[in-house]
Amino acid sequence: MIPHDETMMLKTPFHSRVEAACEINMWEDWKGYTSPQAYTEVEQEYFAVRSNTGVFDISPMIKYRFTGPDAGAYLNRLVTRDISKIGIDRVAYTVWCDDNGQVMDDGTIFHLAENDYRLCAYARCLDWLMWSAEGFDVTIVDETADIAALAVQGPTSCAIFKEMGFKGIENLKPFGIARFPFEGSEVMISRTGFTGDLGYEIWIEPALAEAFWDALFEAGKHREIRPIGSAALDMLRTETGFIQAGVDFVPAEEAIRTGRSRSPFELGLGWLVSFDKPVFNGRKALLKEKKEGSRYAFVYLDVDGNKPAEHAFVYSGNKEVGTVTSAAWCPTAKTNVAFAQVDAKYGKVGQELVAEIYYERELKWTRVMAKCTVIEGAVFNPPRKRQTPAPDF
Amino acid sequence: MINVDKKYDVIVVGGGHNGLVCATYLAKAGRKVLVLEANATLGGGSATSEFSDQFSVSSCAHWLFQLNPEVASDMGLKGHGLELAARDLNTIALAEDGNHLTIGVNTLEGAGVTDEDRKAFVAFNKQMLKFSKLLSGAFNRRAPKLVEGNLTDRITLAKLGLGMKMLGKTDMSDLMRLALINIYDVMEENFENDLLKAAISLDSLLGSHMGPRSPNTVYGYLYRRMGDIYGFNGPAVVRGGMGAVGEALGNAAKAAGVDIEVSAAVSKINVDVDRATGVTLADGRVVNAGMVVSNADPKTTFNKLVGLTNIETGVARRVKTIRMKGDAAKLHIALDSLPDFTGLTKDQMGQRLVIAPTMDYIELAFNACKYGEYSKAPAMDISIPTIHDPSLAPDGKHVMSVIVQFAPYELEGGWESHKDNFKNLIIDRIADYAPNLKDKIIASELLTPADLEDRFHIHGGHWHHGEISLDQILTMRPFPGASQYGTSVDGLFLCSAGTHPGGGVMGLAGHNAAKEIIKRGKSA
Repeated sequence: MIPHDETMMLKTPFHSRVEAACEINMWEDWKGYTSPQAYTEVEQEYFAVRSNTGVFDISPMIKYRFTGPDAGAYLNRLVTRDISKIGIDRVAYTVWCDDNGQVMDDGTIFHLAENDYRLCAYARCLDWLMWSAEGFDVTIVDETADIAALAVQGPTSCAIFKEMGFKGIENLKPFGIARFPFEGSEVMISRTGFTGDLGYEIWIEPALAEAFWDALFEAGKHREIRPIGSAALDMLRTETGFIQAGVDFVPAEEAIRTGRSRSPFELGLGWLVSFDKPVFNGRKALLKEKKEGSRYAFVYLDVDGNKPAEHAFVYSGNKEVGTVTSAAWCPTAKTNVAFAQVDAKYGKVGQELVAEIYYERELKWTRVMAKCTVIEGAVFNPPRKRQTPAPDF
Repeated sequence: MINVDKKYDVIVVGGGHNGLVCATYLAKAGRKVLVLEANATLGGGSATSEFSDQFSVSSCAHWLFQLNPEVASDMGLKGHGLELAARDLNTIALAEDGNHLTIGVNTLEGAGVTDEDRKAFVAFNKQMLKFSKLLSGAFNRRAPKLVEGNLTDRITLAKLGLGMKMLGKTDMSDLMRLALINIYDVMEENFENDLLKAAISLDSLLGSHMGPRSPNTVYGYLYRRMGDIYGFNGPAVVRGGMGAVGEALGNAAKAAGVDIEVSAAVSKINVDVDRATGVTLADGRVVNAGMVVSNADPKTTFNKLVGLTNIETGVARRVKTIRMKGDAAKLHIALDSLPDFTGLTKDQMGQRLVIAPTMDYIELAFNACKYGEYSKAPAMDISIPTIHDPSLAPDGKHVMSVIVQFAPYELEGGWESHKDNFKNLIIDRIADYAPNLKDKIIASELLTPADLEDRFHIHGGHWHHGEISLDQILTMRPFPGASQYGTSVDGLFLCSAGTHPGGGVMGLAGHNAAKEIIKRGKSA
């Protein structure tokens, strides 16, 4: 018999600490794992990342490991980016497509060692990965549960790590990987994240997860370190222009209706597509699209007013030309931002559009037709995100 | 031979019958064509080989019954030496007691067959041929894609649709019902006689991984009966064995200006990112051409020649999931003189002989294959071609060729240690019908599906280059995205039995592929 207090939900290696810190019991399901939406107050958690340091438990992220003599060639065929250009101890953001050039998912590839890579993904895709392995000498392991991971993000994150004794962490470049001794073992730290700020992600064996959490929060207590949930993260990533699989696009394998999936070009991710490399999934279709034009454009909108344009229809004049996929009032940039998918010809920077926003106050719904302008990209993009050595705060 | 100074437009990989047909059409359309064949002789599965000193036999296919007349005439096969030693043969379903059933075009004799069965047989043939005729309208052209609304494809679809409508209400609903059930049930609906039911069932599944109760067998039967639409009233014996078809096609190709080199195995189709540029031979030579047409089966083409790592995952997945594991073995016997089959005259021994007493016998034989075993009581299709064509053996001596149905491609424990047992078991089984057979045997050779794979370079030893079943026909043959002979690799085309309409010595896959390539012109 299953004890009455047990659920089907999986728990991350940090769960004991997360649960203790989660004062408001606001849980959600992240690919089968119990994951907090918020610990206390969303705004406070948001500002922790922008002003101090926020800690987000990313252990549920789907992680695959690729080893073997063909691991690099395998990944190069799988994803759109040229993997041969990613050096050892470097990380690259990429998307991968099906044969129709439609995005299946986005994620990061970690080049851990010669012929040794890790892929972090939004969705489980072992089936596709195994099919893709036909003909390659590569071993693929789902190591989602074998690695505990935290995102440690914010201006004081580097200082906290220094306090923890991670010598030279300030010299780690964006998208770099470094390893440090911890409790007789090792913690891997990458300068990566989903907040657009100075920040890191740490990767450690599950047995050391709780000890790491404790040491991290002890070292960070004078710098106002704070755990954050997915709600705050959503504001952070919107402010900094990061799209989210399953929100801003439907992964191709999950799309049931024809025409609902998107290509990298249609998500503004054309820069991730390298045609100067051997055959990769989607190449043919993407070449054709590049030549003939895309159906849609993915745009960042600066929306008038302060009402988040969630789920808004987007118009050009009287013509409906698209919909908003993500929207937020961005407290630091002081901008009302929305991501939208619009018909390709309305995607140019400077294009004036109108968002039809509905909002509710005490059961009264109001509609505003808010002017908006297509802007270049992220409204929050601080120098500290890129500076090496990382600044001290 | 390869002419090193010639800039070839097209290289055809494999000099099988479809490859030669395709090459000839292309050459006639003005293309400079080179055919490279790994074996020393042309024709692919349409082959003759000497298996014992001075004894030769059709070593893969042994009857000619589906050759498309348009292809035969375009190739001028008669003028190029193709000769039939016998044609329109009957099928004789053997009974151990000698009370055999002789099956003609519309006639049944022996085995106590009833008048009801005779009448039902005529009606059955009429209906089946009506259906085959309808299908034939889609056979000599590319398979229509369903969604893109291309005019050519729409015409093919409209013809099929209209053809179905024109069948009339009864036949149309029968076709839609029968196509999805199995030959066992259809036989039970129509006939009483066990030998008849079993013989027709065997025709529906020869070469496939199916038993009489398997779905798709009715389609398999209609496919086989396509021969009747093409003017065959029963199987024919080719003078010189089936290799003579390859030879005649080779002559036709050469006459059209095709360069041919035999014993020239291609080890690689060269691809520059997403365009085929030529081939590399096993001996290291590289030949370039603007286009490569693969007469190899789709799995061999992509697994071995192109490499799954050089195509996109979706295509690799589709290649991988093509069902093509052969279940048919070939037994060749050199005979000192004709054996005596109980109850058969010499003339009757020259007909097509079938060992399949009942449908359950075949189904049980298939059961073994499902579990990786060879059948202890296999079904057989026997030809003694020397009765019509003495040239295959020394004077007064004979050869027997047997298709043995239900020997799995992948035998549990491997073929090496079981081959002799299986061979003896087959010979014992034939001896049940021809008691003095063993006294006459000079030599014998068994080719398992694994041997057929080695010898004819057919993945899985499956002579259709992929199961002929509803999930692998038309726009799904060999797989969606490659059903109109072109592939995801620009400049790489397929023309083997693995493409629409399918296998058998028919020539239409090669014909259709050539037409498609010509139609696409420069863009191909």
